[in-house]
Amino acid sequence: MALDVFAPWDNPDAKPLIQFKNVTKRFGDFTAIDDLTVDIFESEFFALLGPSGCGKTTMMRMLAGFETPTEGTIRLAGEDIAPIPPNKRAVNMMFQSYALFPHLTIWDNIAFGLKRDRMPKGEIEARVDEMLRLTRMEQFAKRKPHQVSGGQRQRVALARSLAKAPKLLLLDEPLGALDKKLRQETQFELMDIQEKTGTTFVIVTHDQEEAMTVASRVAVMDHGKIVQVSTPDAIYETPNSTYVADFIGDVNLIQGKADPKGDKIYIAWAEGQPEIVGTPMSDFSHGQDVHFAIRPEKVSISADKPEGAANAIKGKVLDIAYLGNISTYHVELPGGQVIKAQTANNRRISRRSFTWEDDVWLSFTDTAGVLLER
Amino acid sequence: MRRFTLIAIPYAWLLALFLVPFLIVFKISLSDLAMAIPPYTPNLDLSTGWAGFKDFLSQLDFENFIWLTQDDLYWKAYLSSAKIAAISTILTIIVGFPIAYGMARAPEEWRATLLMLVILPFWTSFLIRVYSWMGILSQEGYLNQFLMSIGVISEPLIILNTNIAVYIGIVYTYLPFMILPIYAALEKLDESLLEAAEDLGCSRMSAFWLITVPLSKQGVIAGSFLVFIPTLGEFVIPSLLGGSKTLMIGKVLWEEFFSNRDWPVASAVAVVLLLILIIPIILFQRNEQKQREAEG
Repeated sequence: MALDVFAPWDNPDAKPLIQFKNVTKRFGDFTAIDDLTVDIFESEFFALLGPSGCGKTTMMRMLAGFETPTEGTIRLAGEDIAPIPPNKRAVNMMFQSYALFPHLTIWDNIAFGLKRDRMPKGEIEARVDEMLRLTRMEQFAKRKPHQVSGGQRQRVALARSLAKAPKLLLLDEPLGALDKKLRQETQFELMDIQEKTGTTFVIVTHDQEEAMTVASRVAVMDHGKIVQVSTPDAIYETPNSTYVADFIGDVNLIQGKADPKGDKIYIAWAEGQPEIVGTPMSDFSHGQDVHFAIRPEKVSISADKPEGAANAIKGKVLDIAYLGNISTYHVELPGGQVIKAQTANNRRISRRSFTWEDDVWLSFTDTAGVLLER
Repeated sequence: MRRFTLIAIPYAWLLALFLVPFLIVFKISLSDLAMAIPPYTPNLDLSTGWAGFKDFLSQLDFENFIWLTQDDLYWKAYLSSAKIAAISTILTIIVGFPIAYGMARAPEEWRATLLMLVILPFWTSFLIRVYSWMGILSQEGYLNQFLMSIGVISEPLIILNTNIAVYIGIVYTYLPFMILPIYAALEKLDESLLEAAEDLGCSRMSAFWLITVPLSKQGVIAGSFLVFIPTLGEFVIPSLLGGSKTLMIGKVLWEEFFSNRDWPVASAVAVVLLLILIIPIILFQRNEQKQREAEG
């Protein structure tokens, strides 16, 4: 059964809503954005993910109009937006600090943008009420921002930025100020609202879990460049570099020399250890440096050597991190390298099979890991 | 007990240095003028006991206060003072707001220096600063010399000894009291609020009127009171820079006291001035309290 998947980026005929073309932004000597090209499609929930200082906020501020590119063009629905000031763009932004006007009630905060458009009074009222309903803030309309909780302020900020029905909504670390539980709830609310309104969302975040949860596509950024743009599962399962593999989730990285044999590659990674067998996505030449990246949950751990496993390495349990639902074992290999292996705790902890200093076998299939050039 | 001692100190201070002197002034205002030392009667003589005290009380009356309503000099002086104080307050807002705005928008490393420059004049005696304005504003003063040398005017302007000189002096002297609270309000203003306003369709100008101005309102109100209250009773500036036509209650008070040596009437003028000042002071405190509640 073929599902109708939302994937305009795979459709060569699809027209992107936003096009960054060779965009560079410099602040003095500092290059915040470095020759960046990317397309974002309508109704997408696009996440810009990266550590602080990677240029993700600059990208967003260029979309909002608070910064102009030093080189290159940004198009919104085919139109170059560089000369358009922020107050004339069909783009709204939800600020990290929420930037709610403290002297106005929540109702007036949401109505602020509509009033600037000189919308008739009746329409403003209808629209504000609709936004209050959407964000479930009806009973707080008459309060001032400082009289509601952080989570409610976040919803008001969202309602205010959505009120003008922008073509594009920018969210700058929208959930940063919320505690973890509320953040998770709000992530689903955001996705729900994005689906209901059909607005294109671009979210900036440094929280990879958040990006993976909400986004249809994630762009991982580093030093003003986009390292990889892909769907969350592709980013996780097939990162294109050790940077992405390391940034998203937990990963074990093993460096070695490649030895291609047929459609497999054997990696010599330590003296006296069996070579690791992996399946390459690209070509490697004999003796080339290769990074083998494998997620901890794809490494199984057992007391005896498993029969028929493509890869099996002996080690010693160094540390156990018990996280409730899962446990992470840090296993030291004879060469000194530490590999993380994760198992689901489907048994009670008292029945755990391994403990510190135990000799164990780590095993994984020949397709579990990814082979990376850099 | 410790708490009581702590509260007792400021109360004792206020009692000794404000309430007691005020009661003495109030008592004098109820007395009559006399050619004696001190120049008023009655004086309390406790040697005659209770009868003497009753006699003392019976001689006190509100005559001087009634006199204040009969001679139009006094209410005109009060009114003129209020007018000068109000206009000066508005002028200090007009001059002070842009300065405070500029300071709050200046790069962060500059702000401490700018703040210092605003406070710097306080390091010199207030009297000397007002005197130096006489040197600037007089007919042969620096201002006239400068304007005549560049050919803007051919005749020297008469500024000193007019109300204009009084306004210049007051605005100059009280400007820091306006700048500092406005600066404090503007400095707290989050830049992203203005960006948010622009993002929602405001021009820079309308963002200023819709966001910056309302959010600096508390600072403007605080500054206005800090300027208005002392200006109302101002004496030094009008007497040094003002002319014979400058009518301010502080000057009237001084003349009653030192020129006429009519202590009872001077005291009555002072008591009424204090009562008039209490109104803006109460308003000021209410404003402060409202602000605290709004922030809390």
